Amino acid sequence: MTIEVLGAFVLWLFLFGYIYLGSVEFGAGFYNAYGKMTGKEKLLENVIQRYLSPVWEVTNVFLVFFFVGIVGFFPETAYFYGTTLLIPVSIALIFLSIRGAYYAFAVYGLSNPGFTYVYGLTGLVLPASLSIVLAISAGGFIEMGESGPMLSSRSLLLSPFAWSVVALSLVSVLYISAVFLTWYAAYAKDVKAEFLLRKYALIFALPAIAGAGVFLVLMQGHNREIFSRLLEYWWIFGLSLLFFLGTVYFIWKKTRYGLAVIFSALQYFSAFMGYGIAHYPYLLYPHLTLFDGFTNRAMAVALITAFILGLLLLIPSIYLLLRLFLFDKQYVAGKRINHA
Amino acid sequence: MGNEQSLLFSRVLTELTLSFHIIFATIGVGVPLLIMIAQWAGIKKQDEHYILLARRWTRGYAVTVAVGVVTGTIIGLQLSLLWPTFMRAAGNVIALPLFMETFAFFLEAIFLGIYLYTWDRFENQRKHLLLLVPVAIGAGFSAVFITIVNAFMNTPRGFAVLNGELVNIKPLEAMFNPAVPTKAAHVLLTAFMTASFILASIAAFHLLRGSNHAYHKKALLLTMKLGAVFAIASAVLGDFSGKFLAEYQPEKLAAAEWHLETTSEAPLVMFGVLDDDGKVRGALTIPFALSILAFGSPNAEVAGLDQFPVEEHPPLYIHYLFDSMVIIGVFLMCLSLIYLIGMRFKWKAVSSKWFTGLIVLGGPLAIVAIEAGWWFTEVGRQPWILRGVMKTAESATVSPNVDVMLYLFTVLYVFLAIGCVGVLLRMFKKNPIEKELSDRALLRKGEMA
Repeated sequence: MTIEVLGAFVLWLFLFGYIYLGSVEFGAGFYNAYGKMTGKEKLLENVIQRYLSPVWEVTNVFLVFFFVGIVGFFPETAYFYGTTLLIPVSIALIFLSIRGAYYAFAVYGLSNPGFTYVYGLTGLVLPASLSIVLAISAGGFIEMGESGPMLSSRSLLLSPFAWSVVALSLVSVLYISAVFLTWYAAYAKDVKAEFLLRKYALIFALPAIAGAGVFLVLMQGHNREIFSRLLEYWWIFGLSLLFFLGTVYFIWKKTRYGLAVIFSALQYFSAFMGYGIAHYPYLLYPHLTLFDGFTNRAMAVALITAFILGLLLLIPSIYLLLRLFLFDKQYVAGKRINHA
Repeated sequence: MGNEQSLLFSRVLTELTLSFHIIFATIGVGVPLLIMIAQWAGIKKQDEHYILLARRWTRGYAVTVAVGVVTGTIIGLQLSLLWPTFMRAAGNVIALPLFMETFAFFLEAIFLGIYLYTWDRFENQRKHLLLLVPVAIGAGFSAVFITIVNAFMNTPRGFAVLNGELVNIKPLEAMFNPAVPTKAAHVLLTAFMTASFILASIAAFHLLRGSNHAYHKKALLLTMKLGAVFAIASAVLGDFSGKFLAEYQPEKLAAAEWHLETTSEAPLVMFGVLDDDGKVRGALTIPFALSILAFGSPNAEVAGLDQFPVEEHPPLYIHYLFDSMVIIGVFLMCLSLIYLIGMRFKWKAVSSKWFTGLIVLGGPLAIVAIEAGWWFTEVGRQPWILRGVMKTAESATVSPNVDVMLYLFTVLYVFLAIGCVGVLLRMFKKNPIEKELSDRALLRKGEMA
């Protein structure tokens, strides 16, 4: 593994961390708002308060880690993506801020039904606007103009491929979070919430896998080079499909929800890694590759050293956080109220 | 929209985001240390007032931190969105502290989540206090790492420029550039100082409104003590900062002090205006003071603006920003010292309405000083984004629509500001200290029965 690939792998790993944890969070917010609309509001509020409130800032750091890391390892991306993504990323930032504000304000009693709906809606719009960046990286939407790279918003908005990425991200968010929250509700012995969320998980299972299929088909027309590499690594996606079937089986049979969560994470992990490998060596097709976008050697060594030292600090801390808020039965069931 | 306009709006948007973020960032760095001291005092003295002080500060802190996280994420990405050329260069040379900041922040976020949700969960309160240590360390190091990046913009080191390319890059040399010691220490100390005066201001506000509760009096005394310590430390450090500027950024010092011509025995110019001929009018001048500030000797020669090409002069209005920062700092230092001496010798004046009113003003003034300080250092570096290497005008995005983004973010910040103030007011009004104390007493009775 070259140092360039190592850097890209680390970043891709953290991006996956954000996408997975973020999906749980985004979906929970959406289901909560939907529940409020259909009069089942109390069901999910507990989950949001107890799991999301202590953890959302940590989820957010995964995103910060990714975009700071990518500027460090691949400074050229700051130039290419920075110049072209002003609008989609700014919009995503505003949605992200609304979500942060919700955690800060609504939890402390500034609740307002409108705010809950907006918060729920950002759970869909945010993944949509962030996933656009992945669509852009597959090429075809950025042209090199006289003053630098330019995003062609028109071709982006008219592209079925870009919309398939957005659709895939939406159904995935709803599927991932429903699976996770089914487990969480069962763990908290909240039978009603478990019943509802299990239903959501089963509803979105098929669209999630169908979305991946549509994405694959449209990729063939959009970028043949990435498409043929996707086929080349078909077994990774086959593995992903097996994990998917496992998850659905357990959810269907109402058994081993914990394993179902792990399988759904592995399903997306393998698909995400497979896609990353197929995308190789491009950071931005066809303008920028891992190799011409890479930082100097001294900086790369320094960053990787810092990364390893940082992990030694973080892994025990994250373990502690999970033990206290995810694996503490009393806490999850709402029997402890220890907020400041 | 032309590139000129993109530049203008990029500057305004960056300034807006930073000005908004810095309030929450400063609170975020300063307050954990104060919570720690209050909780420690509470455990040590077995005094419930201090414990509750820590607990109530924590609640408020949790809200401001959320806004700080959000605005920090915004500025982190806006740097790439608005200054892509600069970030490409920065990524190559100064990415290390930027990257390390995310780890420091990670640590802070994890332990803040734990600390916030584990009150009364431990038998031994010391264990709970221990959880705050990584929060304070993470917050402090976040500030230091980000300040290192800003220091690098002022004194870029650790690379060479060859045919427009950055070569021979040494990340550690870039990281430990000459501006780091004074800047990082200044940011930390003034964050502690500002946090102290903000919290003092809240306690004073309750006393001014007629409360006579021992809780508020203890809070005021504690925060004023800490405020005095950090104000004195900041003042001492100011002397080092002056000497740093004189050696490494003499044009910034000259512009800040309106030192137009190179002289020895240079006086310090305070206040005043510049007339049409560029002469200083109505200023207070302190003989020799600038020479002493810059080089520690009344006879030293201090470079004036005449030594630098006109196109590289920073805007001269930074003089007012500098003066505002210093005056507020000195005022707060005197205020806290008079208060402490007065309390020691039981002077009536320091408990009077008007003096308490001045302390209430201290919090907002400290924030004004923080803003003035950052505007001073950022505007004082102009026209450079990387001093001597890259100009601000060359590094802005060429993308159109920056103006629309400026309007969107303005609306967002207004919403965040209103929400933040609203939720804080509501939180503490609904649960005043008297109520919380009696609720807790009832709870304890219930447990014993």
